[in-house]
Amino acid sequence: MTDVIVTRGLVKRFGRVTAVAGVDLRIPAGIRFGLLGPNGSGKTTLVRVLLGLVHATAGEVELLGEPMPRRAARVLPRVGAMVEGPAAWGNLSGRANLRLIDAAGPGGGRGRRQRVDEALERVGLGGIDRRPVRAYSLGMRQRLGIAAALLRAPELLLLDEPTNGLDPRGIGEMRDLLVALNAAGTTVVLSSHLLGEVDALCHRVGVMDAGRLVLEEDMTVLRAPTGRVLLRTPDPAAVVAELDGRVVERSGDLVVVRHDDPAALNARLVAAGVRVAELAPERRSLEQVVLELTGQGADRVDTSGNEARR
Amino acid sequence: MTGVELSLLLRRRRVWLCWALLCALPALVAVLLAVTGLAPPPGRGGAFLSAVVSNGQLFPAAALALVLPVFLPITVAIVAGDAVAGEASAGTLRYLLVRPVGRLRLLLAKLVSIMVFVLLAVLFVTVTGYVVGVALFGFGPDAELGGAGGVTSLSGAVLSPVDLLGRTALVVGYLALCMLALGAVGLFFSTLTDSPLAAALGVLALVVASAALQPLDAAGVIEPYLPTAHWLAWIDLYRDPILWPSVREGAAVQAGYVLVAFGAAWANFATKDVTS
Repeated sequence: MTDVIVTRGLVKRFGRVTAVAGVDLRIPAGIRFGLLGPNGSGKTTLVRVLLGLVHATAGEVELLGEPMPRRAARVLPRVGAMVEGPAAWGNLSGRANLRLIDAAGPGGGRGRRQRVDEALERVGLGGIDRRPVRAYSLGMRQRLGIAAALLRAPELLLLDEPTNGLDPRGIGEMRDLLVALNAAGTTVVLSSHLLGEVDALCHRVGVMDAGRLVLEEDMTVLRAPTGRVLLRTPDPAAVVAELDGRVVERSGDLVVVRHDDPAALNARLVAAGVRVAELAPERRSLEQVVLELTGQGADRVDTSGNEARR
Repeated sequence: MTGVELSLLLRRRRVWLCWALLCALPALVAVLLAVTGLAPPPGRGGAFLSAVVSNGQLFPAAALALVLPVFLPITVAIVAGDAVAGEASAGTLRYLLVRPVGRLRLLLAKLVSIMVFVLLAVLFVTVTGYVVGVALFGFGPDAELGGAGGVTSLSGAVLSPVDLLGRTALVVGYLALCMLALGAVGLFFSTLTDSPLAAALGVLALVVASAALQPLDAAGVIEPYLPTAHWLAWIDLYRDPILWPSVREGAAVQAGYVLVAFGAAWANFATKDVTS
């Protein structure tokens, strides 16, 4: 399987601030990849470098197998992107915006009307009227931004915070849309700080903190059982007596037991006459993983130690 | 991309407002002159203003002289300052660049759109000036002297309507070039900042500084290269024979401004980090 995004030793400094500090990222084709990290961890700068908007201080970027930004003219028509929220010409309608964006890029005007209508249909704006974008709600702008990214049926979708401003139903719709696009062969890369969003959608995640990529892992690995079992019982004392030495933690009716096989554990407890109300293997949540790995976001500035962070 | 730019230009309400105001000021002056009959004496007031009362066909020239020093540069500054900085502050710049639109192509399209704006601005002022002038002041007594619609040139000889039309076309072209030079500087400023207002004010600061230096003897060495230095050379196009040297020199300096400013804009924008 080929990689759609490869970066080697990517560094971006803005004056004295290092936004991206040596990132080696590899995103294989065909997956749904989630880029996580606190605010100011360098996600957006990374996305901008990938798209050639910002020039790297050092390191290399390959997008769809071609070096960036040198081959931008050849690569970018195959990429759909939303960077740091949608943007549109506020005095024009959504449809007029898409027509102009479509006309600005390479490729002729053939089939433009159909392309625009299809993109609007896909994001749920099919029946949009001629109101100017200025009058759109945040959610509508967000949908319009995603429609613009979908215009040319891209092989790679790079979306920064795609569900910003959408209500729960809208978020669900977007998730379905991205899953459908991915099933049709589009690689989806989204950056977000909504962990639940990434948890529900992505096969693989990268976690950034202070400009570094501190983790790049498949979700199946992250969600693998930790080798501990959480159980709830009305007789915690009986559990401790039965499983002497294996109990890691006990608080109220909740007992944490070190055990690899929850089924066997359950059978043993029941056989010993211990009543079990609830029993499940412990899995780490994405939130735990990310919080363990990352510091606080750059949008928080405490009185002590604010010199340490930029 | 150029088509997209022009479409954006023509659908912007601000642009039409600029054009409308540019045409409204001379029209207001014409109405005041017609109602009161108080034309400024020759040699005072705006250029050509003393002559228009006797011949409405001269009013386009008077109208251009009215808007040239301040009004026209302001509109050019607004539109040119908005060129790149406006897209940056709206966020559409990044979406154009990832479409992708090449950065040089984007700048060229912006320059063409500024060119269309200034050309239409000068043209609209000229045309409304002619219509208003003829409607309010008529063709004047020269009609009887120098044949139908004849106009006395600044040098005294009578110009035929065809000659006048040709000269007016030259004036429109010359002034559009002067304003394009200003617009190119605005385009450069517009690549330096994400604030359209800052870029527009930068252009106006240049105009004011240039106008302040111009009468200064101490600035004599650089005077021929000031952007505003040759703005009045268009009046020479209404002399008979036309004083070509001043017009030619002015055109060369203005074209130089366009080239240098566009080059600077390209040099800055080509490698700029777009973080807007």
